[in-house]
Amino acid sequence: MNILEIKHVIKEYENKKALDSISLNVNEGRIFGLLGPNGAGKTTLIRIINQITAPDKGEILFSGERFKRGHIQNIGYLPEERGLYKSMKVGEQCLYLAQLKGLSKNEAKQKIHHWFKKLDMLDWLNKKVEELSKGMAQKVQFVSTVLHQPKLIILDEPFTGFDPINSEIIKNEIIALKESGSTIILSTHRMESVEELCDDIALINSGQCILEGSVNEIKNNFKEHIFELRFEGTIQNEIQHFETLVIESGYGIFKAKNKENTHTLIKQVVEQVNVTSFNEKLPTINDVFIQSVNNE
Amino acid sequence: MNKLFLIIKREYLSRVRKKSFIIMTLLTPLFMIGVFVVPILLASSSEDKTTIAIIDNNKFNEFRLTSSHNLEYTYINELSLEQHKTTLIETYDFLLHIPEIDSIQQIESSIEVYSTNQMSLSIKQNVENQIDKKLTNIYLLQSGINPDQIKKSQSKSRIKTYVVDEQGENTKGNSEASFGIGLVGGFLIYIFIFMYGTMVMRSVIEEKTNRIVEIIISSVKPFELMLGKIISVALVGLSQFAMWIILGFVFLFIANGFISTDIDVMNLNANEAVLSSEIGSSLMALPIKSLIFVFLIYFLGGYLLYGSLFAAIGSASDQETDSQQFIVPITIPLIVSFVLVQVVIDNPHGSLAYWLSMIPFTSPIIMIARIPFGVALHELLLSISLLIGGFLLTTWLAAKIYRVGILMYGKKISYKELWKWLKYKD
Repeated sequence: MNILEIKHVIKEYENKKALDSISLNVNEGRIFGLLGPNGAGKTTLIRIINQITAPDKGEILFSGERFKRGHIQNIGYLPEERGLYKSMKVGEQCLYLAQLKGLSKNEAKQKIHHWFKKLDMLDWLNKKVEELSKGMAQKVQFVSTVLHQPKLIILDEPFTGFDPINSEIIKNEIIALKESGSTIILSTHRMESVEELCDDIALINSGQCILEGSVNEIKNNFKEHIFELRFEGTIQNEIQHFETLVIESGYGIFKAKNKENTHTLIKQVVEQVNVTSFNEKLPTINDVFIQSVNNE
Repeated sequence: MNKLFLIIKREYLSRVRKKSFIIMTLLTPLFMIGVFVVPILLASSSEDKTTIAIIDNNKFNEFRLTSSHNLEYTYINELSLEQHKTTLIETYDFLLHIPEIDSIQQIESSIEVYSTNQMSLSIKQNVENQIDKKLTNIYLLQSGINPDQIKKSQSKSRIKTYVVDEQGENTKGNSEASFGIGLVGGFLIYIFIFMYGTMVMRSVIEEKTNRIVEIIISSVKPFELMLGKIISVALVGLSQFAMWIILGFVFLFIANGFISTDIDVMNLNANEAVLSSEIGSSLMALPIKSLIFVFLIYFLGGYLLYGSLFAAIGSASDQETDSQQFIVPITIPLIVSFVLVQVVIDNPHGSLAYWLSMIPFTSPIIMIARIPFGVALHELLLSISLLIGGFLLTTWLAAKIYRVGILMYGKKISYKELWKWLKYKD
């Protein structure tokens, strides 16, 4: 089931199309990577999903319903440019943000306690934001985004400002949120996070979605039938239907000239050497990103 | 609605809890008193005496200047001007020279004053007045008239003014009290609109530079956030007024205790006593409650009108220094109305006063200045309706700029840009 369906959405600013009839679907219970070069229209799309701006044309469905104001209670948004009220206490600030998302005071207090305890932040509650370090403030922002248990969580560059330890904590929390049924839209330029976390991705360029699907599917579509081998012995005969890209002692990379004959590689190699490992080299999301955007 | 309440609550509490708020609330009345009282005290202080040395070469002994409370004349017996000029203007503020003359009439055009600095206009007029008084007396005596008789026959009339309402009821009026209240009221509205307007603007800029604004408007509409902010600052203002009124009463109560025992010792001359008691009684006769009520309406109306514009300016600025270029045009009507208060008070029922009290951008200050002189109810209602219309219009315009502006960073905004924002769809 799709939690979010975006159909032919257009948004124009002064005759420049920020979104040019974009369509994409976000599956429920998955982590969805929203990728694209700078200025591709990601922020505009995210703001439309958060109802900060309205589309000029097009249709949006949230859990199958026509998108309406009430749906924003079910969305949590961590913008790329984010901050907190400096002179306000951390606890009061989280309470305020949670209440704005429709939680009652008591509910909000319970959730705040739960999250702050979970992330070992309880003694920050009475501190003012200006007393926190940047990383601590980022953590508070993350918590305030997910406090109201939104069905859809939109995280725009959630890892900036975190050290590796805190990045790991946040990463695990994102996975835990997914496991508890939330859907996460992750917009980032850090491709290693996409590889690690995302189930599905959409690649946006010039206001259009140029690539959409599950990470595995996309990698498969972009694979170039390149195989990596480790072996004992020496390959002496030429391997039919394959181009040798790298050959060193005990290691070689081969590219199939056409995909029909890929299965013959292992057969030809085992006749000559003792194979210790064999795997297909799939493209990284980074490769896919660069290739797709450059082809546009 | 509930969210608007949450915003108002947060914005209100975050302001009134600040130490600076409490200090400002206590200090502002002192500052206001300072603004009105200190210049009067300074002007009336006798410390500032102007010293004038006189070298008198004329032979008419009946012409002699006598020192007054702020002018001190010293006659120098040395009669040579050229010899003593430089040394005398070092010791005295001015050196006044009356040359040798043939007839007393020549004094009028022959007196010379020397000094290191240019003589101020008021001192010059003061000295000239004294000279004229002396000469007039001499001329009168020469014509065989006793100056004392002239003094006695001078009349000093005081008109009693009454304001008559539609039912024919008279209320005792007082032009001086109305003048004072009109001036002070106009001044207060001017200060408050500025003070609270910039408070709104700073708060918008703060949210923008803090980068929290995008988080907030993913939960509430930008308009709700702007409105919540404007309303909360208005409530802050009203709370401050309430505290000032209470402080005022406490002050009056305490002051009353002192004044009632000291009043008889005060050395007032008969005329001053009559005047001050008249001002006092007509202050009491003025409808204080309705004055405060009308003041609050115009403060709120004017503040909402300008406050929303200040919010729009804040949204288009990344820092306070960016806001200067937009502040100037919106403060011009405020400054113009403040300057014109004097003119309006001189002729509170003239057409300039009428029109300025109808235009929403000037009416808050001008109408408050006119109110103590009596304004017809239909005029008041029309002006208030126009003011309400005015702030609805500016709020609508401001909201259009605000929703775009708060998400724009790092761009120097021009008027052309603002015009484009007005035309953006949601």
